[in-house]
Order: sequence, then C-alpha cells, then structure tokens
Amino acid sequence: MDTILSVAGVSKTYASGHRALEPVDLDIARGEIFALLGPNGAGKTTLISIICGIVTPSTGTVTVLGHDAQKDFRSARRAIGLVPQELSVDMFETVLATVKFSRRLFGKAPDDAHIEQVLRDLSLWDKRDAKIRELSGGMKRRVLIAKALSHEPEILFLDEPTAGVDVALRRDMWRLVHKLRAGGTTIILTTHYIEEAEEMADRVGVIDKGRIILVEQKAALMRKLGKRELRITLSEPLSAVPAALAAWPLKIAEDGRLIYAFDAEDERIPDLLAALGAQGIGYKDLETHKSSLEDIFVDLVEQKDAA
Amino acid sequence: MSSATKAPAVNYHGIWAIYRFEMARALRTLWQSLVTPVITTSLYFVVFGGAIGSKISTVGGVGYGSFIVPGLIMLSLLTQSISNASIGIYFPKFTGTVFELLSAPVSAMEMVVGYVGAAATKSIVLGLIILATASLFVPLSIVHPFAMLAFLVLTSVAFSLFGFIIGVWAKGFEQLNFIPALLITPLTFLGGAFYSIDMLPQPWRTVSLFNPVVYLVSGFRWAFFDKGDVSVGLSLGVTALFLVACLGVISWIFKTGWRMKN
Repeated sequence: MDTILSVAGVSKTYASGHRALEPVDLDIARGEIFALLGPNGAGKTTLISIICGIVTPSTGTVTVLGHDAQKDFRSARRAIGLVPQELSVDMFETVLATVKFSRRLFGKAPDDAHIEQVLRDLSLWDKRDAKIRELSGGMKRRVLIAKALSHEPEILFLDEPTAGVDVALRRDMWRLVHKLRAGGTTIILTTHYIEEAEEMADRVGVIDKGRIILVEQKAALMRKLGKRELRITLSEPLSAVPAALAAWPLKIAEDGRLIYAFDAEDERIPDLLAALGAQGIGYKDLETHKSSLEDIFVDLVEQKDAA
Repeated sequence: MSSATKAPAVNYHGIWAIYRFEMARALRTLWQSLVTPVITTSLYFVVFGGAIGSKISTVGGVGYGSFIVPGLIMLSLLTQSISNASIGIYFPKFTGTVFELLSAPVSAMEMVVGYVGAAATKSIVLGLIILATASLFVPLSIVHPFAMLAFLVLTSVAFSLFGFIIGVWAKGFEQLNFIPALLITPLTFLGGAFYSIDMLPQPWRTVSLFNPVVYLVSGFRWAFFDKGDVSVGLSLGVTALFLVACLGVISWIFKTGWRMKN
C-alpha cells in the first residue's frame, strides 16, 4: 500500500477527563476514499481534529506524506484540506474573498483560474460577490468545501459532509468527490449515514467508543459479513420445518414465509428448491435479501457491546 | 511512504492573508474608523483645551492645549490597540472559524505577526489622524519627530500584543471590554494624560510612579516637547519591558495551546 497518511498510537483524553479516543492505528492509501463510520460521539471528529492539528493528541504520532504532523506541521498541513462539520464561516466576507484567503493562508500564491474552477464546480461562481451571511445553509457548506479545496490539497477531510444537506448538494458533492478522486486526491469522510459510506467508499473503518473496531475493504466487508436470506412464500403455510429438511438451516417467519439464511458464496439454492419439490412443498414467490452496511454496522456495534 | 517537498520555512502568504483580512475588516467600517477619533479628539479639545485650558494656561512652559496632545493620542492608542487586536483573535474563536487558522500551516508567531501587525497598523494610522486633528486646534511642533514615531510604533505594537492576549483569554464579549474599561482607561487618566504628575500632591506623585502608563505618556510627551515626568530612557525601558512580557505570555499560550486548542 502506498501510504499517504499514517496514524500510530494516537489517543486523546480531554482536560475534563473525558477519554475520547483509545490508542488508534490507521493507514490511509494514496488515492482512496476512506469512510470512517460510527455513531455520534464515537470519536470520529476527535480523530480528524488531531490529524488536522486542531486538537493536540495525548499520545501517538500522525505522519502525513512522510512528515511528522507536529514537528513538521507546515509540510504536513499544507497537504490537507478540511471541511468541518459545523458551518463556521466569516459572515461578513464575500465568497470569493474568503476562498482566496484560505488559499493564501495555506501558503499558496494566488491562482485566480484555480479559484474560479473550484467555485464553478460547486455552483458558487454566480454567488462569488455575495456576502456569506446572505447564503443558505447548503450554500455555506459549499463555501466551506471551496475553502478546503482552494489550496489544492492532496488529502481532503469531509467531516459529516451531508448532515443537513439537500438532495442537489448531495448529488453535486458526490460528483465532485468522484472528480477529485479521479484527479488523485485522497478523501477521508466521516459519516453516520451508512448509505453514504456504502455508495462512496473504497474502504470502511468502523469506530465506536473511541476504538477502531474494524478496517476493511468495503466489498470484502460486505462479502464477509454480508448475510443473505432467501425468503420463500409457500403455497400452503407450514407449522414446522419437515424432518426431511432438518439438514437445511431453515426457519419459519411469523408471516409464514420460509427463511433460508446463507452467505455470499453459497451455491446450494437450486438444491434447496429441488428438496422442497421432492417433499411436495409448493411456493408462490421467492425473494432474496442482502444485508446492507447498516445491518453489518449494527451487528458489529452490538457484538462489541455484548462482549 | 510517499514523500513530498518540504514547505518553506516561513509562510509569508499566510501572514499576508491574515494581515489583509484584518485590514479589510477595518476598511469595511472605514467611516467609523476615521470619523470617531476625529469627533472624540475635537470634543476633548473643546472641553479640556477650551473650557479648562483657559484656567490653566501653561504646564511647564507649554500651552495646556498642546500639552494634552500626547496624552490624548496615548489614550486612544492604548484602548484602540487592545480592542482591535482582542476582537481580531476573539471573533474567530467565537464564530468557530478558528479551526481554519489552527489547521493551516501557519506558526504561532506568524499568526501573531498577522493579527498584531494589522492591529498596530490601525493604531498608528489612528494616532496620526488624532495628531492631524489636534494640529487644527493648537499650535504643535515636535522636537524629536523620530522618537515620537518610535514611541507611537512601540506602544501600538506592545498594546496590540496585550490585546491579542486578552482576545485569547476572553470567554465572552463582556470580558473583551472588561480590561480596557476597568484597567486601561483609569490608568491612562491617572497616568498624567491631562496633567503633569508634578502637579500632584504627595503621596500621589509617588503612587503614580507605579502606573506604567505614566512612563508611556511621559516618553511620548518628551518626544514632543523635550521634557517629561520621568527620563526618556526609563520610559523606553518600561515600554520595551511590557512588550517583552507580552511576547513571553503569547509564546506560553501557543506552547500550551491555552484557550486555543483542546
């Protein structure tokens, strides 16, 4: 793996004594989209804030492009763009001025062509002379994204990017994320909307109560943990699974349907259907259900809580 | 791991961005920034110069109207430096935009140069505007113009640093006004802005010597009229000491992240 960002043993205990993050190790590959998934208060924002230099870690080191994020903060930070969760913007500035400000703040010489491109990509160009306080919440979110992209970062952090965002912006944002990724930008997003991770991410990390429980390729995760079910609506409801079918992991649901749980590699469905036929059990409808990342996530968090 | 080129040792673009941002904030309210000091200064001249000055005539051979000019400039310089610099850094903390400053490749000192540089620039311009306004009311000749400018710059920078500290310390808007109103204004009024401390009876003359503003006003007045309440070297020393003390506190703030970072 061509590692662009490495987190080693990073933990955080706030002055209040609140333990927000247990020691975390995490490597991010160049060019990937990584989704950090977890319930509210799991430590997602704390981890991102540490990587970006807003929060000082209690232990551990962050390395960005080979630079220690504390000792060589200049080289590390200028490679990073951060879109925070809160809509924190300068109310009295114009859109264009605030985006230009961000670029210079991050040490880059002015580049009007790049700023124009970023604003156009985010449908902000027509609003460039508007004062930020006149903009809607969704537009302010776009401004924050434009600010984060103003200095052409190699790594972009999106902290809960679609929280409270309308459909148009969500669609624009995903289009932009795809475009950025195609251009080689590494993207790390946090979310508690599972669909978001499912749709976008190459890899998923699950964080809960300050611990990273799991990091996995999304596809592998879905394959490994994704349970599937065949739901069979019978012609005549059964009261119990016939003894001849005892070898099969079958259940009868409350609505009378016969449920067959299997994993993604299972190839025995035709055999099961043949066995049903041999027993003279007729069926009207078949339906398969694939568990979503959300089901997997809930399972994971529950398992951990039970342990 | 992939490597990348190292960043330059100083982020000049970053300093310039902060400086420009802060200056733009003042330019948006240019009218207020210019008109307020002109009106206030005129009022002081009407009250002190016209009404009271007619009774006092001269202090140490200088006409009373001219005598109060350095103190008047100092008064505005101290309060405006503190208020400009404190709001400059407090406001991003209040609105949350400070996240961007903290995540930017800008060192603590670069941040200070940007914010304090802008606040001090505004104070210096303000001082010159008051000086120009004053010259419309009273005859003014400046004996040591370079020393005058040096005190103007030094005081503006020192109190902008002090204001920066207050801005970092403040947890609410009331606290921003607390120190200027409760400490700086009284110290300035009692610091010989409108009188020479020689005019005070003992023990107040000695007590006044513990007021640091006495040294600022005295040094500044020396630059105008070649005479002050204390020696110019002592004035310069106290001003420089205050500046160094503020720099010390600021480096501690950034080292510990006090009230800036979690």
